[in-house]
Amino acid sequence: MMDWGPLILTFKLATVTTLLLLLVALPLAAWMAHTKTKLKPVVETLVSMPLVLPPTVLGFYLLMVFSPNSSVGSWLNEHLGLQLVFSFEGLVVASIIYSLPFMVHPIQSGLASLPPSLKEASYVLGKSRLITLFKVLLPNIKPALLTGIVLSFAHTIGEFGVVLMIGGNIPGETKVASITIYDQVEALNYGAANTYSLILFAITFLILLTVYLSNGGYLKQFWK
Amino acid sequence: MIKAALHKTLSAANGQLELNAEFEIGKGQLVGLYGPSGAGKTSILRMLAGLMQPDSGLVSLDNATWYNNKQGISLKPQKRKVGFLFQDYALFPNMTVRQNLEFALDKGSDKKIVAQLVALTELGDLQKQKPQLLSGGQKQRVALARAMVNKPKVLLLDEPLSAIDRDLRSKMQTYIRQVHDEFQLMTLLVSHDVSEMIKMADEVLVLEEGKIVQKSSPVDLFANSDVSGKFQFTGEVIRIDKQDFVSIVSVLIGKDLVRVVAEESEAEMLAPGDQVMLASKAFNPIIKKLE
Repeated sequence: MMDWGPLILTFKLATVTTLLLLLVALPLAAWMAHTKTKLKPVVETLVSMPLVLPPTVLGFYLLMVFSPNSSVGSWLNEHLGLQLVFSFEGLVVASIIYSLPFMVHPIQSGLASLPPSLKEASYVLGKSRLITLFKVLLPNIKPALLTGIVLSFAHTIGEFGVVLMIGGNIPGETKVASITIYDQVEALNYGAANTYSLILFAITFLILLTVYLSNGGYLKQFWK
Repeated sequence: MIKAALHKTLSAANGQLELNAEFEIGKGQLVGLYGPSGAGKTSILRMLAGLMQPDSGLVSLDNATWYNNKQGISLKPQKRKVGFLFQDYALFPNMTVRQNLEFALDKGSDKKIVAQLVALTELGDLQKQKPQLLSGGQKQRVALARAMVNKPKVLLLDEPLSAIDRDLRSKMQTYIRQVHDEFQLMTLLVSHDVSEMIKMADEVLVLEEGKIVQKSSPVDLFANSDVSGKFQFTGEVIRIDKQDFVSIVSVLIGKDLVRVVAEESEAEMLAPGDQVMLASKAFNPIIKKLE
């Protein structure tokens, strides 16, 4: 009998990560689209780092920082009761960092491509920055928003290295589908590995196909 | 009354431009801001609206200070609430014409003004359209109506008619003048179209290299002072045909093409695209009613 736990955990992780990532990425992307500060290249580099860094590197440092023996880890544990190593919460935090560029880049370039006069017209009409963002700017970059949400979701499903480093392999807590596949292969259970793999393959294919179809090739510019 | 003294160093295409402009706009006055591109016209509008910060200076409307660098006052655009017409109209593509106007409404204010403006700018049939489907003239009418929803005292127009074809332009000029008179606004109109200035402005400020070099009524400004013509028109030189002793200059005035004889020395100073004034004195004009 197949264990659905890892798949359910994977989609739970992807959903929670995507929702929280949207909250984090929106202000960041809005700021990066129009700021003129000299810090911008540095921030852009940091946001893009997960694209090129081996996931194990990211996972390793997160493990160091969040470990109960480190100052950050012990502070989090004492004051917020958060244990970020080998826990679901830890996976969420790591996934948010790891998928950050996939959410920030589409939103940022969507916002930057809007004519500045839209924003200015709204300000002149007496509307605050927040109202302008939600009523004027975001409704006009819906394809970019969709791209960001779906890419982050799909990317989180596909995580392996970061999860393994910081989450380990705890059933029901951190044992996601990609890790289960690795586990099954190591145990020479090729049949089970194949079932999980096939399901992930089919789902990610369908998700991406939906985006390509609805955005009409819009995704290409972020998928090089 | 608006009082403005604006000083700012702008980085322009060919080096830096020192902008130093001081002027006033009275209630019910429509002032034209005329000058070559790159002279700083748009920057002046943006500084009045609060979209750009001057380096120093003063801006005030009646008794309220909008900007004063010595007192550290600089009101946000949201607080100044001027009416601003952008060159690209800046209509919100996600909203219909009606929604564009209603978005502009302050919370709790009467929706009647929207209906009133829709009627004034004859937008009745277009209310449910999205802006993408409108023509340039229609878009500009929506933008004008939207700018007036909050009943601003100040209207700033950034070459509002440059992208509209000739026929519609004169109609739009009438709309703008109507709105201006109806609401007794203080209006600043940026344009480099001489005929627009003559038709619309009460007073013209000429801006060159960031400085106001002249201030006068439009007719005095654009009519050469040593011509005492009875008839004056401004137009654009379309072409110059050299004949044996004279040149025939074709001038476009409004929609009509007029051919004028010019001596060679006169014609040498002209080139197609130049703005010119045509005047006539000694003739007796014939007047005829058009059917």
